Amino acid sequence: MFVAQAIAALRRELGEENVITSPEDLLCYSYDATADLPEQKPDVVVTPENVDQVVKVVKIARQFRLPIYPRGSGTNLSGGTVPIKGGIVLSTLKMNRILEIDPSNLTATVQPGVIIQDLNNAVAPYGLIYPPDPGTVATATMGGSVAECSGGLRGLKYGVTRHYVMGLEVVLAGGEVIRYGGKTVKNVTGYDLVRLFTGSEGTLGIITEIIVRLIPAPQARETMLAGFSRLAGAGNAVADIIGQKVIPATLEIMDRVTVETVENFAHVGLPTDVAAILLIEVDGIPEVVKSEAAAVRQVIAKNGGWVKTAENDEEREKLWNARRAALPALARRKPTTILEDATVPRSKITDMLLAVEDIGRRYNLVIGTFGHAGDGNLHPTILADARNEEEMERVRQAVEEIFRAALSLGGTLSGEHGIGIAKKQFLPWEMGNSGVQVLKKIKQALDPDNLLNPGKIVDLEEGQA
Amino acid sequence: MSIFDGLAAVEEEILKCMKCGNCQAVCPLYQESRREPAVARGKIRLAAAVLEGKLEPTAGLAERFALCLTCLACVASCPSGVKVDRIILAARTALTQRKGLPFIKKTVFTGLSRPRLFDLGVKTAARIQGLLFKHIEPGKMQPRFPIGLELRRILPPLAPVPFRDQVAEKHTVERPVATVAFFTGCMTNYLYPGIGQAALRVLKAHGVDVIIPRLQHCCGAPILYNGAADMALEMARSHVDLFSGVQADAIITVCGTCGEAFKHLYPELLEDISGYGKRAREVAAKILDITQFLHRLPFDPKLFKALELAVTYHQPCHLGRGLGVAQEPLSIIRSIPGVNYLPLKEPARCCGNAGSFSLTHYDLSYQILTRKLKDIEGTGAQLVVTGCPACRMHLTDGLTQEQMPQNVVHTVELLARSLDEE
Repeated sequence: MFVAQAIAALRRELGEENVITSPEDLLCYSYDATADLPEQKPDVVVTPENVDQVVKVVKIARQFRLPIYPRGSGTNLSGGTVPIKGGIVLSTLKMNRILEIDPSNLTATVQPGVIIQDLNNAVAPYGLIYPPDPGTVATATMGGSVAECSGGLRGLKYGVTRHYVMGLEVVLAGGEVIRYGGKTVKNVTGYDLVRLFTGSEGTLGIITEIIVRLIPAPQARETMLAGFSRLAGAGNAVADIIGQKVIPATLEIMDRVTVETVENFAHVGLPTDVAAILLIEVDGIPEVVKSEAAAVRQVIAKNGGWVKTAENDEEREKLWNARRAALPALARRKPTTILEDATVPRSKITDMLLAVEDIGRRYNLVIGTFGHAGDGNLHPTILADARNEEEMERVRQAVEEIFRAALSLGGTLSGEHGIGIAKKQFLPWEMGNSGVQVLKKIKQALDPDNLLNPGKIVDLEEGQA
Repeated sequence: MSIFDGLAAVEEEILKCMKCGNCQAVCPLYQESRREPAVARGKIRLAAAVLEGKLEPTAGLAERFALCLTCLACVASCPSGVKVDRIILAARTALTQRKGLPFIKKTVFTGLSRPRLFDLGVKTAARIQGLLFKHIEPGKMQPRFPIGLELRRILPPLAPVPFRDQVAEKHTVERPVATVAFFTGCMTNYLYPGIGQAALRVLKAHGVDVIIPRLQHCCGAPILYNGAADMALEMARSHVDLFSGVQADAIITVCGTCGEAFKHLYPELLEDISGYGKRAREVAAKILDITQFLHRLPFDPKLFKALELAVTYHQPCHLGRGLGVAQEPLSIIRSIPGVNYLPLKEPARCCGNAGSFSLTHYDLSYQILTRKLKDIEGTGAQLVVTGCPACRMHLTDGLTQEQMPQNVVHTVELLARSLDEE
């Protein structure tokens, strides 16, 4: 009843072409890229074309008490966009204009539906880059990646999304439009709400415009692939590279299971008698790159590893292909792929890799681990078959153990995928009940009726909602 | 169990999808609409729902599955290696079996599946086409009335005499290096006999005996891609019978989709038909695109005269990703003296034709084409080369409507042009 009235109101305000209600279409908005989660169809999908229409959607949602689930490309890995309570899915994909590239202030202003790679292509002619590069850089939206605070392969040297968001326009749960931050490097006016909304997973407001920082593209780079017969050798090399005051743009690791799988499926010429492989790329001013690469090679030799250096772009591509093949190759071994992102301090990488190996053995699961060794963000990837409920139960237990292991090493539940539905129940493990209470208070303050992406990060108990 | 027996045959493929959404980056249809049901991930979810019995086989559902170019771009980029095209074909077949085909399609496909009737019909149509179409310039005409075709659409006229009626069945040369059977395909036979003539000339110049079996007809791909496997069964059988009976080193096609039908769809369709499974695979093993075949022959540069031409190449989806023929056409184009090859930024991006898709969804099909035209414009090429008559028709349509100067030819026509006859 309410739903039908709400849909009629949405059609009136947004036009027929921006309101989707057929059951076949709705089913296609019942999931995102997360494995092993419940799915739920929304009652309606809307595709607003501007901020005014977003405000109208929020007001109609308030009037009829329907939840709003903001959605970009739906590529997140935490259930962040699954509309678990039905209601309205708000797709930002029609708001996809790059509003401004400002080379003198090194900023770009974009709408939330812009694809990250499209922004990078647009700023490339200015000799600039937008560094955050999650694995979904060719599909994910700027709005989604700001809401999830995505990371990527260059986190160690260049940081993650939050380090590049300078200003936001946000539609609040009451329908007010606010702007925080801007193009100034310095800004200490009031609480840092730009940081609060970055990584808020759509639970506090709907992002409708983003000002991001751009940086000059590095002039030179050198790419190396190193192999180690002992896991500790790789782990120590990572620590020693940083110890030499070298901060590589990329410092990626693949464990034995991943290397074997990549070689079996992609035949990229990797030796399979290694315990781990590192992909290292240093970039910057040519002279510095040269000396940093030399330092890296020394560290590798000292830790008993071999190293291959790319002599040209073609060879660089080959080395990168080995890393790029990691997830595809693992994903092809079994039908179901569970991609985790437990993260530890860099110095604990070896301990974490050993812990994951041990968990895999104890639960009799195939786990390939690869990831961003430089920033301690690993991706233990569990391979299973969703049809085998007994196996999936072991997967769930193994995932819990991986979280415990990461936390016991001083790490975190999620480095870059977010909490969403998938990790919500584990939050107290990391921040305690009092910590979770603070999150709830923030949520209540900004969204007292619990209309924005409800059921994500925290649940508001009866009486709180 | 084959994909033409229903969705259960692709259950494993459906399960392999990890919903990462990488298909969004390459799907031409998704890039136009940016709606999830347009992209492989959405369609796989719909197929799963049908398989689980959670979704009724409605007309709306059939329309969602119709919205796919089967361009294979998602298949090529899928990290999990999901063969999305198999899921789409299985779903279309399952839905057609339960819901039937729309009247127009059923009529057309029934025609296609009756070779003699079809041939007669096309020849009759060729005589009266002036009543329905107005002549624009050589090789181009436009509908006078909205006869199920957009009025702005530019189409090639039907040949007054189809290719196979223009030439003898057997062509022999002195001391042949090989013998091939030539499957011409309908578009070459009825619309672009020049492609057939060029293929014949180039093959003979290379010392190849050519047999053009008289009884060949439509390969059935348009029917199979629309989910009417039962109607295509007899067509597949007759072609397997016909070509198993021809003594040839290879079976040559000049259209990637015809090649796909013989190479991939027939073996699947005839797998469980007694007496056909093995023979269908043997015929499939002999299928080569003309550029693949020519590329294997010793190349004699003395045969070719220089063409001072700047050309670009559009890679047909079923030729490039379907049959894996991507490098051979380029290598042939580059080997012609004087030809300056200017690559497209996205040579393998679908042109939007996708066979009957351009009839049922012309506006969308044209939107996708517009991106290709921009790409062509950016190269500065004088001529567009491609390896598929359907792409050629679509590209010519767009180039003419946008008043761009380029013509479109098949790779083998470019080669024939440079053959030194003196």
